[in-house]
Amino acid sequence: MPLMPVILWTDALVFLLVISAIGFGLYAARHEHLRAPWRRVARSRVGIGTLVVLSFYVLIGLLDTVHFRLPLADQTAGTETSGGTRYGPDFLSLFDAWATPLRERQEKTYSAPFATHLFVKEAITQPDGSVIRDYPRLNYGGRHLKDPTQRGWDILRLTLRGLAEGLIVWGLIAAQVVWSTARRQGIGFMAARDVLLAGGTAFPWRTALGTLAVMLVLGFVAGELALRYHVLGTDKVGEDVFFQALKSIRTGLVIGTLTTLVMLPAAILLGIMAGYFRGWVDDIIQYLYTTLNAIPGVLLIAAAILMLQVYMSNNADQFESLVERADLRLLFLCLILGVTSWTGLCRLLRGEALKLREADYVRASSALGVGHFAILGRHILPNVLHIVMITLVLDFSGLVLAEAVLSYVNIGVDPTMNSWGNMINSARLELARDPMVWWSLTAAFVFMFALVLAANLFADVVRDAFDPRLRGVR
Amino acid sequence: MIAYILRRLLYAVPILIGVNLLTFALFFVLNSPDQMARMHLGEKRVTPEAITNWKQEHGYDKPLLFNESASGLARVTDTIFFERSVRLFAFDFGSSDDGRDIGYDISQRMWPSLAIAVPVLLVGLALNISLALFIVFFRATYLDIGAVVLLVAMLSISGLFYIIGGQYLLSKIFHLVPISGYDTGVEAWKFLVLPVIVGVIGGVGSGVRWYRTLFLEEVSKDYVRTARAKGLTERRVLFRHVLGNALIPILTGVVVVLPLLFMGSLITESFFGIPGLGSYTIDAINNQDFAIVRAMVFLGAVLYILGLILTDISYTLVDPRVRLQ
Repeated sequence: MPLMPVILWTDALVFLLVISAIGFGLYAARHEHLRAPWRRVARSRVGIGTLVVLSFYVLIGLLDTVHFRLPLADQTAGTETSGGTRYGPDFLSLFDAWATPLRERQEKTYSAPFATHLFVKEAITQPDGSVIRDYPRLNYGGRHLKDPTQRGWDILRLTLRGLAEGLIVWGLIAAQVVWSTARRQGIGFMAARDVLLAGGTAFPWRTALGTLAVMLVLGFVAGELALRYHVLGTDKVGEDVFFQALKSIRTGLVIGTLTTLVMLPAAILLGIMAGYFRGWVDDIIQYLYTTLNAIPGVLLIAAAILMLQVYMSNNADQFESLVERADLRLLFLCLILGVTSWTGLCRLLRGEALKLREADYVRASSALGVGHFAILGRHILPNVLHIVMITLVLDFSGLVLAEAVLSYVNIGVDPTMNSWGNMINSARLELARDPMVWWSLTAAFVFMFALVLAANLFADVVRDAFDPRLRGVR
Repeated sequence: MIAYILRRLLYAVPILIGVNLLTFALFFVLNSPDQMARMHLGEKRVTPEAITNWKQEHGYDKPLLFNESASGLARVTDTIFFERSVRLFAFDFGSSDDGRDIGYDISQRMWPSLAIAVPVLLVGLALNISLALFIVFFRATYLDIGAVVLLVAMLSISGLFYIIGGQYLLSKIFHLVPISGYDTGVEAWKFLVLPVIVGVIGGVGSGVRWYRTLFLEEVSKDYVRTARAKGLTERRVLFRHVLGNALIPILTGVVVVLPLLFMGSLITESFFGIPGLGSYTIDAINNQDFAIVRAMVFLGAVLYILGLILTDISYTLVDPRVRLQ
């Protein structure tokens, strides 16, 4: 029986983003003024190192974006049909399917990272019939151990196995790189290895491979351990925190990228129109963004989300499932975040267009009778694209952090959706417990920190590459 | 000068009208008062009478924009739009959904907000500027590179982490200050220490980085080279010339946020249980009290525009090159 692919709203937009990114990449490759800065990014060690880290996040995020529904095992149950097959109600993603062992191993409640026993005491019936209160064994975490005291050795064994696997995969990739370098430079394999080790290539292969080694080893070790233990513990309802943190990646990426994407058309169009036409067009557009800017961003978001909640609770029947509802809320959050953040880009573009309209080639084309919109599309737009790109990269990390804060105030993503903000939000009361439940919070912070730090460092590299003013300073 | 300020104030009027219309549309047109009433009453007790009662109690029982049953001027004034939105212009915020006077609440709650926001601003400014000058003094050394990496790491940490970490470290482990709460009068200081420290540390990453760029931009200018050429020490160049000139963008950057200090910080206040305007807003959002949210939106817009005008004026005061026309 075939799977039924499902495309949620944000999925569609993410696909659109990927397609336009590829399209833009092809466009930039053919235009030197856009290609040169990117080449500079590619030569930067920080740029490549962070790019490797980011690509792991993006990979998981994309895997988590391809959704489908599984056919029901029992074809007589359920009501919904499609082509004669009945499908289950759950929306699964490729990532869910891949991480099924993590997803389905639900404990009863809290358990610490690598624990073999539950975090709270329960009444346990002994084999001889007596009942004692003790910490029961976990259903899944460390279940394979006959003797829980052997845990340390078992963890060490699994870590070493993960390490070895990671290094083997890395070794294959590295060998491939060395081999192709050797062929390109016409030298032997060993000589090429020495060149790479000394960092003698234009593309910083040494940094790229080094970061890749760290990420692969981390990934494989975590993977090996996660199959046997709850690496980051479990939360209140017994869900694996590691799995939650991984699922949250998609939410963070969607907020960070789609927000900028949805505001782009308006910001670009209005910005360059205001700068190019000036006069009353400029006045209206300036009025528009000053007004929107005057409303405190958080309050505008709060008001809009409140309204959405009222609408959704009054029209609950319009939404087929919780997932669809959460997804629409995520999209709406991106939209409203975009409304509050497009003004900065719009102002930048207006200023740039003001400058460009006085450029000789623009005056020449208008003297030759080229229409306004042709000029806008052919001369102004291509020359402001670098600003758009820098904004996209610079805004990303701030938006990821904003999601956490908004979800903490309950005006962020849907409470049922996996997100770092929701993890922090639900974990804040756990800190008051004694002993403390710290792992949910830590996991969310660490995952978010790694993504935001990589994005910030990458954004700095991109900005420096595009901004000729700063080139002299460093 | 006065003519300029007057003109700027007049220019603010259409913006405030725009804000007002936007919030009105957001709160009343997209969701009718009926829906709001249903939401507040919950699903169980919703009868048409209950809705009518609720609307009457809270003054939402009038037509939105135009009252046909009234006569004369009352046709326009006896409406929700006039009662709820136009009155904001006179800073008459009306009463919240649980019957309290919003204007009084705001005047009471802005003091705790200021008690946190002002020290955070001043201490943060002093600390950030000194750190940035220190880093610029050692520019292009390993100290500089290390500091920049540290700053980027600091600004990549979620603000929530600073709050939770600060509470855990200072209150739970060392028992230096209470975790949260507030007191009236002078006793309030011990509740304020932690939020202020957290606020300052949370701002170091982005603040120092920005000031560092400002200083670096100044350092590469011609007058600095001249100052060095005439034999001034590096310390004197930095403190007298670079700092003096970089203070212009710093000061104007501060002036923009001055009025908004009244609004308080949403997250800090709600974490530390400070009864300021930030936690007021958060509570209103969580209780779905639209009257308060609307009042705060309007207040925020007014303060924002005030900040813009103050910025322009302060430019003319500190930078003789700028003249208002």
